[in-house]
Amino acid sequence: MSPRLVRAGTDAVGRTETPLTITVDGEPLDGVAGQTIAGVLLASGRRSWREGPSGAPRGVFCGIGVCFDCLVTVNGARDVRACRRRAADGDTVTTQSRAEGEER
Amino acid sequence: MTRHVVIVGAGPAGLAAAAAALRAGARVTLIDAAEAPGGQYHRMLPEAFAAERPGLLHHGWDDFERLREHVLGHPRCAWWAESTVWSLERSEAGEDRPPRVHVLRGPADGDGRARHALAPDALVLAPGAHDRALPFPGWELPGVFTAGAAQALAKGERLAVGDDVVIAGSGPFLLPVAASLLEAGSRVREVLEANPYGTVLRGWGRRPWELAAQGGKAAELAEYGALLARHRVPYRMGRAVVEARGDGRVEEVVTARLRADWSAVPGTERTVPADAVCVSHGFIPQLELPVAAGCALRRVSAAESYVRVDGDLRTSVPGVHAAGEITGIAGAPAARAEGLLTGWIAGGGAADAPEARRLRARVERGARFAARLAAAHPIGGAWPGWLRSGTVVCRCEETSYGSLCAAAGDRAGGAARAVKLRTRAGLGPCQARICGPTVAELLARRAAGAPGRPAEGLAAATPHHRPLAQPIRLGELATPPVTTDSPPDERENAR
Repeated sequence: MSPRLVRAGTDAVGRTETPLTITVDGEPLDGVAGQTIAGVLLASGRRSWREGPSGAPRGVFCGIGVCFDCLVTVNGARDVRACRRRAADGDTVTTQSRAEGEER
Repeated sequence: MTRHVVIVGAGPAGLAAAAAALRAGARVTLIDAAEAPGGQYHRMLPEAFAAERPGLLHHGWDDFERLREHVLGHPRCAWWAESTVWSLERSEAGEDRPPRVHVLRGPADGDGRARHALAPDALVLAPGAHDRALPFPGWELPGVFTAGAAQALAKGERLAVGDDVVIAGSGPFLLPVAASLLEAGSRVREVLEANPYGTVLRGWGRRPWELAAQGGKAAELAEYGALLARHRVPYRMGRAVVEARGDGRVEEVVTARLRADWSAVPGTERTVPADAVCVSHGFIPQLELPVAAGCALRRVSAAESYVRVDGDLRTSVPGVHAAGEITGIAGAPAARAEGLLTGWIAGGGAADAPEARRLRARVERGARFAARLAAAHPIGGAWPGWLRSGTVVCRCEETSYGSLCAAAGDRAGGAARAVKLRTRAGLGPCQARICGPTVAELLARRAAGAPGRPAEGLAAATPHHRPLAQPIRLGELATPPVTTDSPPDERENAR
């Protein structure tokens, strides 16, 4: 299975959900206002979205902006730590890679 | 003119420092990269979640709420949320001022953040710490998280990192992480403390009455123990995750029994299916700002240093004060006590005030707690035995253990800097934040007794030297900063 959001209906903290949509490499992903971009990606079942120099998959490791494993491009700006940036409705996210010859 | 105190970090230490500096009569600018104060310990849910009962996820929430409202609502406090200190500019020689503080304000890693420069009368550094994660084969697989990541995602945005989770490493922090994951609906397979029972007992067991003084920590731990028992989660001591396996993601982990020195006992390996692993082998203080300010460090080992402070938490640099985990890993109650003392002193409060004397006693108790924590949960020297030649040590550059050993063994170029340049370990995007202490430790062992070891307290002796404390974009750098010598009456971010 995979990471998932605690369901709002059963969440003991009693929260409300405001839906939002971001696109990741052109594909729309639904999220909830307040989630980080990493949170939206993880909750939608994606564990990895970046590659190390060898092409090995990477996703979230430290979760607090220290390891830089989760970097993505947001609305054209490269190298944004997905674990620290709140998702905004309509954000255009493209994945990045450090693998050689793959400057995307 | 009213004294202006700039405080970097709004976790338990920084928030307490703000309250104390305000009490001493100073004006305060409180800076944090997050949208809300609390740090990692009281990481708040986003406002957009509109949570009715946010306190359910926290210890000491009511006290925190009161403190937060008092500080953020104070007329002499400017609260700078989503603000990143990217550089400290030291004052001229002979000039008795703390460094100028360069800040970027705006969404994390955004491309149009506003540049500000502050020239405070006193600077309090309270940036906190992050998990130390030792490498093991497969630790770079997606699904391996630091325990702090699992905690931040569960507490900060209600996300469970997996369904079947193994938590491993060392220290009491593993327990609240297990509690958060259970609360979020994960199945916690087991919690593994690498140190055997004897080590933990000897560390904590000495002078147990000192524990009682540490702000309810014992009761908190007992609560976690009861929770694990209720969910039938085994807590095993002297066992560790020594490998993670899977095709492109974690599918199973290998655990092994450890001796006191953390060498794995052959034949004790067990394979446990898991879709997430959370590891924490203690904490690394965030030292780039103190190092940038020129603060002398207290070196514990090649892998471990803290900011050197006097009894009133002054650093070696005039006007620069420190509080919280950067002076030693001691947890939130000790960080709060340090924050209160350092904020009072930085704010111009009298050093001989009765309040300061009481705080000094609390800070000393915190230091004793830190010593016991370190004694009970040390990192055993034989952990590199878990590594294979191909095991990734530097995650960014994928430097393997084998290539690091080969470079370190080279007589011509075995010095730390040469090894770094040759293997690129520590030169990737994270700038050695994750692998730095590990690489320093591995190299120090290889070079034990070699000449040229830098003197204690020298910035170059640490893997924490980062001229840019946080990334800044060229476009932002090209824009001149708004210089603010006294705190602006910006209150737009209050709350």
